[in-house]
Amino acid sequence: MQNQQRVKDAGEKYGTDCIVILGSSDPEGAEIYAETVTAGDPTYAGPLAGVSLELPVYHIFDPVIRAECDPAAWEEQISMMEMVLEPDALAEAVKGMREQYSKNVIE
Amino acid sequence: MSTKVGIKSYSYCLNHAPETGSHYGGTPYEAYHSGKEQEYLDALPKHIQSYDHALHYAPNQTYIGGISYEEFEALPSGWVNNPLPDEKSKRYGKFGELMPEDEFLGLISACDEFELVWLEKNFAENVSKKLAEDPVITEAIVKRVLRPKNMHELSEIETEVKERAGLYLYNEGKIVGCIRSGHPTDDCLTAHVLMENLAGKASGVLALLHLMKNSGMNPNDLDFVIECSEEGAGDVGQRAGGNFAKAIAEVAGCVNASGCDVRGFCAGPVNAMINAAAQVASGARKNVAVVAGGSIPKLYMNSRDHVKKNLLALEDCVGSFAVLIVPDDGTMPVMRLDVLGKHTVGAGGAPQAVTSALTFEPLQSAGLTFTDVDRYAPELQNHEITEPAGAGNVPLANIKMIAALAVMKKAIEKPAMMDFIKKHGTIGFAHTQGHIPAGVPFIGHACEMINEGKIKRAMIIGKGSLFLARLTNLADGASFLIEAPEPVKTESTLSKEEIKAMLLETLSEVAGRLS
Repeated sequence: MQNQQRVKDAGEKYGTDCIVILGSSDPEGAEIYAETVTAGDPTYAGPLAGVSLELPVYHIFDPVIRAECDPAAWEEQISMMEMVLEPDALAEAVKGMREQYSKNVIE
Repeated sequence: MSTKVGIKSYSYCLNHAPETGSHYGGTPYEAYHSGKEQEYLDALPKHIQSYDHALHYAPNQTYIGGISYEEFEALPSGWVNNPLPDEKSKRYGKFGELMPEDEFLGLISACDEFELVWLEKNFAENVSKKLAEDPVITEAIVKRVLRPKNMHELSEIETEVKERAGLYLYNEGKIVGCIRSGHPTDDCLTAHVLMENLAGKASGVLALLHLMKNSGMNPNDLDFVIECSEEGAGDVGQRAGGNFAKAIAEVAGCVNASGCDVRGFCAGPVNAMINAAAQVASGARKNVAVVAGGSIPKLYMNSRDHVKKNLLALEDCVGSFAVLIVPDDGTMPVMRLDVLGKHTVGAGGAPQAVTSALTFEPLQSAGLTFTDVDRYAPELQNHEITEPAGAGNVPLANIKMIAALAVMKKAIEKPAMMDFIKKHGTIGFAHTQGHIPAGVPFIGHACEMINEGKIKRAMIIGKGSLFLARLTNLADGASFLIEAPEPVKTESTLSKEEIKAMLLETLSEVAGRLS
């Protein structure tokens, strides 16, 4: 709930110039979070219930984000989780929501 | 100073508390007070499991030592639909017991020093008789249940709840007592807070009593107690001043012990073990019992999801444990103090950094590698509870991370990851009681497996979510190794006469050769 408020505050201040990068470990959760920061909180439990921020949202494993990361930092901080989780499924789950609801996505 | 201490004994207990949990567990209690979730509150009682079902539930029996870890590991998945046979579903296991709720309420009353617990007279009398049958409950504890100041008429109990902010205690759907408020205005002494703390104390007492029984130690000989739950006992002037340890030791009859509390969220028990081991290894204490009672607020924590998915709400047991640390004498499994995982402030919170700090770095410092540890025991939450709530399989996620790190550090090949996970991982069997699943439930099973020569080394890992207290965003973690004992090296000393005799013998031999 607190994170939703933070995203809401940032989204209202910077609009769709603000990018959300998710680190969720399961595709189902990633999809819900992606929907929350684009179309609004589907569970109607938090501050983003009924609020469509339409923010561009990516999973950290999305190739677009990975290309922006320092390879050394990636190796040190992320590469282990790449072996543990399902990076493609996670990126795809977020992509589905992004394509439906996000504006100002990275070309 | 020795870098090893002996793990002499251990105990693990559960207190079945479905009615207390469905009223005062954090999630139902919050739902009740919000006034917005009546549907969930009405449905919850239909999802509660009976005591008999809890006895037949394999993770519970694994926790109390009713079945071995290997028996548990061999069971088919879906434990809730595959109850254990009656002969493996006893109240008492090798490590402890699963106590029914009415006796737990009696034990809570016995642990009360301030007339905070009132039990209805007939209920108190009946439950005292049942408690008297428990092999670890002393006569003194049974007598405490029957103290006149703790026994009241139902009408008095109702008045206390209605007029002075008490909370009812229930058994079989009936009111059987109440917890009284400790102060008219102090938020730290409300009936709800006191219930949480007294239940933590009572469950800790039960674990310590079983530890004394399992170890064969006279309670008079216990030197020190370190308590490591997540509860906070205090008043408005010092919200969590403590001291659970000493309060528990008092009821357990450990008159020569002192004690203190160690806190660290779910990392508390591993930090307490390290603290206890260091005190014993240095000679500061002759022996130390690490003890933790369990948590009422964690009962039915994930029950919204269990109800929503029409599953049994399994978070119905208050968990507790105790471990007795003594000097290493070469005969019992040892805990090493020279190979400790430490999650530093600067390590960061990335899973990779945390996993490295708790596994790779301490192993490397000791000249060991990932495959030298037979079993890793990270957070041991029962996945049949956590998966329906969207929290995944916590122990499996942890061992996957360890396996991935082992690949990165070239200790194993990537195709061997799944084999590593199966061979070196552990399946969770602990209730979601915060600090209780934090690696420590495997200490008992690891020691058993070491004693039987089935494994040589296990790593116990605890991780804590410090951000919950709003003081820091840091995580915490700590780990240690348990190993098979080695014969203790004793320094031989020779007397002057023996040295003189040896010299004379050698000189006469030399003289003989010269002549």
